[in-house]
Amino acid sequence: MMYRLPPRNDEWIDRTQSIAFTFEGRHHEGFAGDTITSALAAAGVMILGRSFKYHRPRGILSFANHDVNGMFQIGGVPNIRGDVTALAAGMDVLAVNTIGGLSNDRARWMDRLGRFLPVGFYYKAFNSKRFFPRWERLIREMSGLGRIALDAPHVRTPKRYAFCDVLVIGGGSAGVSAANAAADTGAKVLLVDESARVASLDTRVEVLAGSYVAGVYADRWAAVIEPHRMTKVRAGAIVFATGAIEQPIPFHDNDLPGILIASAAQRLLRRHAVAVGSKVVVITSTLGGYEAAVELLDAGIDVTHVVDLNENPVGADLIAQRGVKSFAGIRSLAAEANSAGCVAAIRIGDRRIECDAVLMSGGWAAATQLLLHVGGKVTFDERTQMHLPSELPEGCFVAGRINGTFDDEKARIEGEVAGNTAAAFAANPASSRSGQPTGKPVGQMALNPIVLLPCDPRGKDFIDFDEDLQVKDIENAIQEGFDSIELLKRYTTVGMGPSQGKHSNLNAARILAHQRGLTLNDVGLTTARPMYHPVPMKHLAGRGFTPERATPIEQRHRGAGAVWMLAGNWRRPEYYARADESREQSIAREVAAVRNAVGLIDVGTLGKIEVYGPDAGLFLDRAYAGRYSDLKVGTTRYGLLLDEAGTIVDDGVIARLHEQCYYFTTTTGGSAGVYRELLRLNALWGLNCSLVNVTGHRAAFNLAGPRSRELLSAMTSVNLNEGAFPYLGVREGIVGGASARLLRVGFVGELGYEIHVPYSAAAHVWDLLLEYGRKFDLCLFGVEAQRVLRLEKGHFIIGQDTDGLTNPFDARAVWAIRMQKPFFVGQRSLRILGQRNPRQVLVGFEIAASVPALKECHLAIQDGEIAGRVTSVAYSTTLGKTIGLAMVQPALADVGTTLKFRVTDGSMVAATVCPTPFYDRDNQRQKQGVAA
Amino acid sequence: MKLLRCPLNGVRPVSEFAYAGEVREMPDPDACTDAQWTDYVFNRSGVAAVKREWWCHIASGYWFIAERDTARDVVIDTYAIEKLREASPA
Repeated sequence: MMYRLPPRNDEWIDRTQSIAFTFEGRHHEGFAGDTITSALAAAGVMILGRSFKYHRPRGILSFANHDVNGMFQIGGVPNIRGDVTALAAGMDVLAVNTIGGLSNDRARWMDRLGRFLPVGFYYKAFNSKRFFPRWERLIREMSGLGRIALDAPHVRTPKRYAFCDVLVIGGGSAGVSAANAAADTGAKVLLVDESARVASLDTRVEVLAGSYVAGVYADRWAAVIEPHRMTKVRAGAIVFATGAIEQPIPFHDNDLPGILIASAAQRLLRRHAVAVGSKVVVITSTLGGYEAAVELLDAGIDVTHVVDLNENPVGADLIAQRGVKSFAGIRSLAAEANSAGCVAAIRIGDRRIECDAVLMSGGWAAATQLLLHVGGKVTFDERTQMHLPSELPEGCFVAGRINGTFDDEKARIEGEVAGNTAAAFAANPASSRSGQPTGKPVGQMALNPIVLLPCDPRGKDFIDFDEDLQVKDIENAIQEGFDSIELLKRYTTVGMGPSQGKHSNLNAARILAHQRGLTLNDVGLTTARPMYHPVPMKHLAGRGFTPERATPIEQRHRGAGAVWMLAGNWRRPEYYARADESREQSIAREVAAVRNAVGLIDVGTLGKIEVYGPDAGLFLDRAYAGRYSDLKVGTTRYGLLLDEAGTIVDDGVIARLHEQCYYFTTTTGGSAGVYRELLRLNALWGLNCSLVNVTGHRAAFNLAGPRSRELLSAMTSVNLNEGAFPYLGVREGIVGGASARLLRVGFVGELGYEIHVPYSAAAHVWDLLLEYGRKFDLCLFGVEAQRVLRLEKGHFIIGQDTDGLTNPFDARAVWAIRMQKPFFVGQRSLRILGQRNPRQVLVGFEIAASVPALKECHLAIQDGEIAGRVTSVAYSTTLGKTIGLAMVQPALADVGTTLKFRVTDGSMVAATVCPTPFYDRDNQRQKQGVAA
Repeated sequence: MKLLRCPLNGVRPVSEFAYAGEVREMPDPDACTDAQWTDYVFNRSGVAAVKREWWCHIASGYWFIAERDTARDVVIDTYAIEKLREASPA
């Protein structure tokens, strides 16, 4: 039975502050400074939880932040680690993995079913489909630890960035001395430790206690999980003083409550003044067991026997004068339970030793996981019986037990060296060497090889306390052929529980090495990956950060009843709703206004780029498929951008403002990518010109419709007469008091002007256009109306009517390319493609009636085979019929051909291929304008 | 998160950069065969080695060359595009 000792020096508890809490409904009291587990131990509570598979009663194992059978549920929060979580008043603590409470767990019978749950059970059970549903139901009911509260409040967990010269991971002797030494050199030092307290640190060292490093990444980037936030640390150098983790010893019933790892008993004693029992037996392979025995004896706890599995007991002289009986070379060992299910005796052969606590010291595993995350290498060291660092990544250093150095004073010195070297590296990476661990391991802990007992025929000699794996499970898996360390892990699930093998991987590797007659270096270790320690999802969840861009007149659109859509990352008005209209009616009204009077659309989302310099024209000739060096100042030309494969990537309008200055647009979604690729081409070619992205600097509106000239002429100094400013012209001048660029474009098929003004003048010019527009019945139109208008003109939209395979032959845009040019991106590929028959062709089609069921992406079917697809379709109120574009096989491309589209409900819709544009075939309206 | 040294802006986190593949010599479009051109357009070598790669510091729109050992994912050197042009005149 565990109990609290009288006050001790340096204990972490404050006995003046009593804290009341409940466990499984029963009232208990602990002290401030207790963890949940230490308070329960002090109260004599031995059984903390039920094991994962067999529902066996379990107690404390390691008391080192890896106690998986001492995890609790408090309110809606599952899987709280009792060994490190500070006790708080009023906590209502429940055990996890029980059905109906800890003591009356209805799943206790699982323990007796053990032999029906062989290793690889899931693989074997799920091999037959017939039994799958039954197994699935059973397993879903039984599996999982804790209960998630689906009604838990939404919590935002902050993230923080931190920078330091030296990050020290671990606050033991080596870590503290490394941090102090680094701080002495003037370096900015951050120390992280998972315990609540870190001793004797320089005040210049920033400490994150009660925190752990979950992962270390390239270039010394570390994720530190604090109780209520995550800190992402960029360190100049890192000292890994992560220590070593003591290992259990497998023997029959080694999981009974009261049997724990030796260092757990030492931590309970030092920090919380808890005695693990009044009659203690120590089972050991190393010096560690003897040292623990001495520490307990010094605290007045009766240690009756030390059982050494080795022939030569390494620590016999430590206990020689202490009245402790000792055994050496023991090969047969078992524990016995009392009626409460806790340890009552140890049986060595025929001899029975009564006890109420058993300490295990099965050697140590260096905590190298974080070092391995960043590419460190380890080698098994026979002298210390540990995998020690043998190769360190740049700027990484080790000190203390991770390096095999157990002696406190030597660890301190090693820490000092590591701290100094790390600080020197951080100050000047070129000056200091890293790559090899500093100093040689000076550990004295395990001079004898670690001995494993033979597999117990009765089983229940646990290797993995998370996953309930016994020695025979490991051996059976090896027999079944899963005899490499990675396969063994996946088949048995060893090391895959919440403690991630911190108490099981090394013993499993030892069994594998023994069975196969290999060394531990031959066997190797499973790959260590982040996270080092389970991290609550709240720390990993990011904010829903999807930035959206708005044009300068967003508020105007809102006021005008805009219904929003996202185009790339821009918010654009899809259409402007009116109370008495359906969506379709609104769009039709907007279309009609452009056709009959004048409409205004915000096209500020288009990419806008300027290119300057003597080679500006040559650059565009090489980058785009058309020719621009011969473009007259004051005119524009359509631009088609291809990639090296000749695929259409983007399009826009290219205007020549001056001899050495062009201004051009890209698609809304393509602007950033096009600009970046053009910059790359400019860097590659080294032409005498440079590019500026002015997408955000300039607003742009398209004023379109037969009355657009009348409207605009009232607001501008620019001469808009047909002769002075013809179709495809560009002019600079003043519009509404702002300096503007005006482009005569025809995208929607009417007389129209794109008005590009500075961002700051956008709202004013917009307001003025609306004001002057009142007498012309100016109507705002959105993206949807624009799509219908351009479809009536047969224009394709990049990315809607084209895809990642569409070339200018497919899209029938050969008119936009100039093959005679010396070079342009995609030209050589077009030469090849031009010799072949196109695979697909973009055609216009029409249907006399309105067919709402026909949507984009519906397939064209010919002779039972897919022969194409609809890329755009809309009902044109202007024309009184359904029109669309479709990408079809060349055999179906002739005008007059009947296309058969299969709509969603499976029925077929017939359409006729027709020439484009559908509307104003000779493009007279956009060229000259038509009097309204 | 990795760090990358931009020749113009110094050491910055890799999230500020865009990558555009290996630097590859374009065959002379007028002299090469269709097969040579197609190989250039569509085939890439995934063999782990020290490679010259296109990287762009997005915020400043600056393109440069990084020599990276793809076997170890270590950037050995970064330099301005001019150095590449000096080494192999187009």
